[in-house]
Parts: sequence; structure tokens; C-alpha cells
Amino acid sequence: MKHGRIIGFLLVLLGLLLAAPMPVLAGDVPLPHPVKAVKGSQCVEPVDTMRREHMNFLKHQRDDTLRGGIRGAKHSLRQCIDCHAIPDPKGASKDRTVGPFCTSCHEYAAVSIDCFQCHTAKAEDGGKQSSRWRHKAGGENLLSELRTHLQGSTKEARP
Amino acid sequence: MNRLTDATRRKLLKGAAALSTLALAPGVMLVRPAVARETGKPATSNVRWGLLIDTAKCDAGCDTCVTACRTENGWTGHDRPQTDPQWIRKVTVTDKRSGAALSLPVMCQHCAEPPCVDVCPTGASMKRADGIVLVDKHICIGCRYCMMACPFKARSFVHEDVTDQKPHAPRGKGTVESCTFCVHRVDDGRMPACVEACTEKAGRGAMIFGDLNDPNSDIAKAVSKHVTTRIRADLGLDQGVMYRGF
Repeated sequence: MKHGRIIGFLLVLLGLLLAAPMPVLAGDVPLPHPVKAVKGSQCVEPVDTMRREHMNFLKHQRDDTLRGGIRGAKHSLRQCIDCHAIPDPKGASKDRTVGPFCTSCHEYAAVSIDCFQCHTAKAEDGGKQSSRWRHKAGGENLLSELRTHLQGSTKEARP
Repeated sequence: MNRLTDATRRKLLKGAAALSTLALAPGVMLVRPAVARETGKPATSNVRWGLLIDTAKCDAGCDTCVTACRTENGWTGHDRPQTDPQWIRKVTVTDKRSGAALSLPVMCQHCAEPPCVDVCPTGASMKRADGIVLVDKHICIGCRYCMMACPFKARSFVHEDVTDQKPHAPRGKGTVESCTFCVHRVDDGRMPACVEACTEKAGRGAMIFGDLNDPNSDIAKAVSKHVTTRIRADLGLDQGVMYRGF
């Protein structure tokens, strides 16, 4: 009898402990809103796939590229940076960096990545753009595209 | 291990000797070592990248190759010669009896049997199929065994935080690094930065880069015509970097 009561009490306590954090999670931490890609065209995979699998794509391809010497495959970190790097929101630097795009979700998910301890997070434009970017967007178009994008993204509400 | 046997290579080099009569005028260099590898195709052991350095054309006062490497790969020092990164350095060798000296650049020698790969506990130190020896910094733990194993003092350790890396040459604190034969350029069908600078900036043409397995390449022709040496050849590491004139 005595044991039953203690177990019952513990179960109630456990239930309370489990239930307690739920409203905090739902209410206090806002969902991340990653900035739209500057390039604005289609990503290499559907958005849902990218959200779940980008880390696997990147890890797989880094081994293929470095160890196997395969170049130009579609899941490249440079390609991520090319499209998703945005201008410094504080305006301290002219370079576009991918940092804000990555951290918006990673901070929410408490994921600590170390890609950019070695790789540069900066896009290759600003005088010497990567050929891929120059090919598709054109130097002059970049600024106007950025402007349109930034205006668009402030109004845009995400689902 | 997926490379040509010594016998096969000898045959190829003999073929190169026969073809060398058809060679262009001496000193004429091809600007590109090969065509860029197709997108999505891996490096293969049909190619063995090599570098031949002519010490007669190299001068003690010239460090154009070192500067070019720094600029290309973005490694800089902190005025601490003991620990500063050093992908390529100029070394002066003096004959003690006669006092005669020669100067030559020393970098990763891209061994066919690399001791750095043998000792690496994680597999980070690796040799690509085409003979380029690299550090996979994704899995390098910074133990520096490879630095101790390398007979050429070719590798260095990054002691400081690094910022503003080149997009094609990621570098980070806590990992080991060395000459990559400018793998990003080679895969693109271009010459390593040091070789290009030696010819175009310094006007010396002391470095020939190319595919040792291709009998028609400049390097295979030169190797079959002239006596070449490898540093510490007694170790039998079959380096990709060869020297001429000492």
C-alpha cells in the first residue's frame, strides 16, 4: 500500500515535469525564419529535403571531392554560399556572408557547426565573383537583385 | 594500392625517350598541364602528377614561388619562424669542402609511399589516386604525427585562428597542412601557382609540372632526357617532386 502511494506520487511528479517545458517551448522561442536565397531561383533539392538532409549531402560530397577528386557535383558548400550569402545587416562589411542564413536555424536547434572555422563564409563577389555567379546573374544585376530581394523579404510572411 | 608498377613506368618512360625527338624547342612550355577533368569524374591512377625543379635555373635571391604560394593559398606568418605555416620554402645547400652552394624550393614531395599517410591515426593524411598527398582537415585531429614522420619537414601546424581563407584553400586552427600541388588548379587543368609564377613572373622556368605517366608531357620528356634526383632517395619513397642539377 505504502509503496503504491509513493509510486503514484512519483508518477504524478514525472507527469508534471514532462508537461512543464511544453508551453515554454511553444510560446517563448520564436520559430526561425531563414532569409530567402539572394539568387532567388530553385535550390538544388526541394526545400523540405534540404532542411532535413543538407548536412548529409554536404558530408557525402566533401569526401567525394577531397578524397576522390570529384569536382562540380551539385551539393557543394560553395554553391550554398553563392546563393544564400547575404550582405552584412549592420553594414559593417561589403561582403555577402552565409553566416546569418545558417545560424538562424542552427541557433534554434542548438546545433554548433564548424564549417566556417576553416571554410570562408564569404561569397566570391565584390570585384571577383565566381564564374558560376557571373555567368548566371551578371555583375550589374547583383545589386538590383539584392535590393529587390531585401524589399521583398521584409514584407514576406513565411508559412 | 592502385598505381603502376615500376616496370610499367619504366616502359612508359622509355616510350617518352623515343618520342622526345619530336619535342618542341627546349624551353617551350605548355601553359596547361592537361585538360580539366570532367565534372563528376574522380581522379584516377592513370595520372601521376610530378614536378621537376632545375636547380641550375633557380636563384638564391628569388622567392617568387614562395610568394605565389602564399598569395594563392592565403597562408601568412606571425613572425614566429619556428611555428609559422610553411607550404614551400627556399633551402640553400652548400658543399662544405668547396663552398659551392645551390638554392632550391622544398615543399611536400608527394611521395608514392608517403610516411605521413602511414602514421596518421585517423586517415586524414591521404594520397589521392593521382598521387597528390593531402590532409583531410575534416578528420585531422592535429596530433602532428605526420609532421614528425615527414623526412622533408614539408608540413606545418596551424597554431592560430584563421580568418579570410581563400575559398579554394580552407585552413583552420588545430589542423596540419602542406602543399597541395594546388589541387584546385590542377583539377581545373591549370598549373600550380608556384610553377606558373616561376615561368611567368620570375621568367626562370625552373619548374616543370605535369603527368609523369603521359610520355608526351613535358615532365616525362625531361625526366627521360636528364639525370634527376629525389631528396633522400635512399628512403625509397618514390617522390613526385624531382630535382635536376645536384
